[in-house]
Amino acid sequence: MTMIFGVPLAVFMGQLMLGLINGAFYALLSLGLAVIFGLLKIINFAHGAQYMLGAFAALLGLQYLGINYWLALLLVPLVVGGLGMVIERTVLRRIAHLDHLYGLLLTYGLALIFEGALINVFGVSGASYPVPEALQGGLNLGFMFLPTYRGWVLVAALVVCLVTWFIIERTRLGAYLRAGTENPALMQAFGVNVPQLITLTYGFGVALAAFAGVLAAPLYPVSPTMGSSLLIVVFAVVVIGGMGSILGAILTGLGMGLVEGLTKVYYPEAANTVIFLVMILVLMLRPAGLFGKEA
Amino acid sequence: MSQAAEAITDYRDLDGAEMLRVRDLHAFYGESHILHGVDFDVRRGELVTLLGRNGAGRSTTLKAIMNMVGRRTGSIVINGNETLAMRPHRIPRLGVGYCPEERGIFSSLDVEENLLLPPTVRSGGMGLDEIYTMFPNLYERRRSQGTRLSGGEQQMLAMGRILRTGARLLLLDEITEGLAPVIVQALGEVLVKLKARGMTIVLVEQNFRFAAPLADRHFVMEHGRIIEEISAAELPARREHLNSLLGV
Repeated sequence: MTMIFGVPLAVFMGQLMLGLINGAFYALLSLGLAVIFGLLKIINFAHGAQYMLGAFAALLGLQYLGINYWLALLLVPLVVGGLGMVIERTVLRRIAHLDHLYGLLLTYGLALIFEGALINVFGVSGASYPVPEALQGGLNLGFMFLPTYRGWVLVAALVVCLVTWFIIERTRLGAYLRAGTENPALMQAFGVNVPQLITLTYGFGVALAAFAGVLAAPLYPVSPTMGSSLLIVVFAVVVIGGMGSILGAILTGLGMGLVEGLTKVYYPEAANTVIFLVMILVLMLRPAGLFGKEA
Repeated sequence: MSQAAEAITDYRDLDGAEMLRVRDLHAFYGESHILHGVDFDVRRGELVTLLGRNGAGRSTTLKAIMNMVGRRTGSIVINGNETLAMRPHRIPRLGVGYCPEERGIFSSLDVEENLLLPPTVRSGGMGLDEIYTMFPNLYERRRSQGTRLSGGEQQMLAMGRILRTGARLLLLDEITEGLAPVIVQALGEVLVKLKARGMTIVLVEQNFRFAAPLADRHFVMEHGRIIEEISAAELPARREHLNSLLGV
């Protein structure tokens, strides 16, 4: 059997693939955080809860309304993103002129409310969401066995990340977003409705989190606390990549997933902490993050 | 040439009609009261200057017209529309182009993206080709990051991008500040061309020698008010009086 540094190839590749899939979730979530932070300057602590709402919406939609996975993948981001827009209009906008720390506290409070309300109704044990029929089974890649659903998650997350990157970096709407991030007052003086742009941006960031939630539902137990544990790691990823950098968020997300996977192979005890160690290193050597601009 | 002549005929009928009327304008940044009752008006096709010492309220007057200051009272009528209650993004859509003192070039956009950024507010704006003809440097550097340009090029970019939008009233804040004489001269030629196309221009200017031959009328500001109006015809006789007002 082929060995890599004393580990069987299949095990090595399996862990790498798991890491990459975790990394795809990190990328999707940190991308949403970066988009929101860019324009609103708010660190969206409700992001984990919004990811969890995405998974829950898919689960409840299936159980009570018979909405299948594919439809949920489309509808849930719209519904949860819409909820995000309502939150921005009714709550976040009122504190937009205050120190951005208030936004952090407020979104953290919202996260606690969403989690608490769902724990009250469903408990913390979590439910499982069936893998859609078309994606059951697996593929034998020769060097490893890849469950079809995991392969799909990787492809879907990457496609959404790339489309988002393209919209922001290569289209007119994206130019509005980048310019609005730099100088919102001047954008208004050009006739751009910046408050509307902010609402749409927050809604889009939240929709990305909800999309990740639907993708995650068949992989992990759907429980009210599934977001908060993930979010801590995602924040570390954002810090490593540099706040507000779109490509940085995507690449760092995938990279950190890989680092975590590799650590699981060679030193499993450190797998849960390795990302934070990288974060400390990056903060010491490049405080603005790997892709961040020095202030 | 024929195009410029056409533009003049298009707007001749309207020349002299009122484009901007500011009455008893007060503006506040938080607790500070910056403008104390500004009154002036600008006719269509005119070029007027706002002169005055630093802190007289000239830039704030332009910002107040764009609704970019904290609170305003009084009246600002643009092209027949009272704008005091309008939200900031509505005002440019009346055909107003604003060029801020700090130029406001976006570093995350290249030159062409900067040019294409402001949405079209009226038909009849200049095409990209025309803008590149007017400012050839911008064409050569169209793929450069906006803030990598020289000061003069950034100023041309800041002006060029509002010409694309079809704005007919241009509010230009200190466009010659810190630029080399040869660039200042080029900007003067651009203003002459814009005036020939029927644009109405309000110029906040420190460099009086630059503004004097271009303007139809001058308004002198002090302590947040207009204290003096001097037409181009009166200028030679009142030059010394004006110099004493400006402290030069």
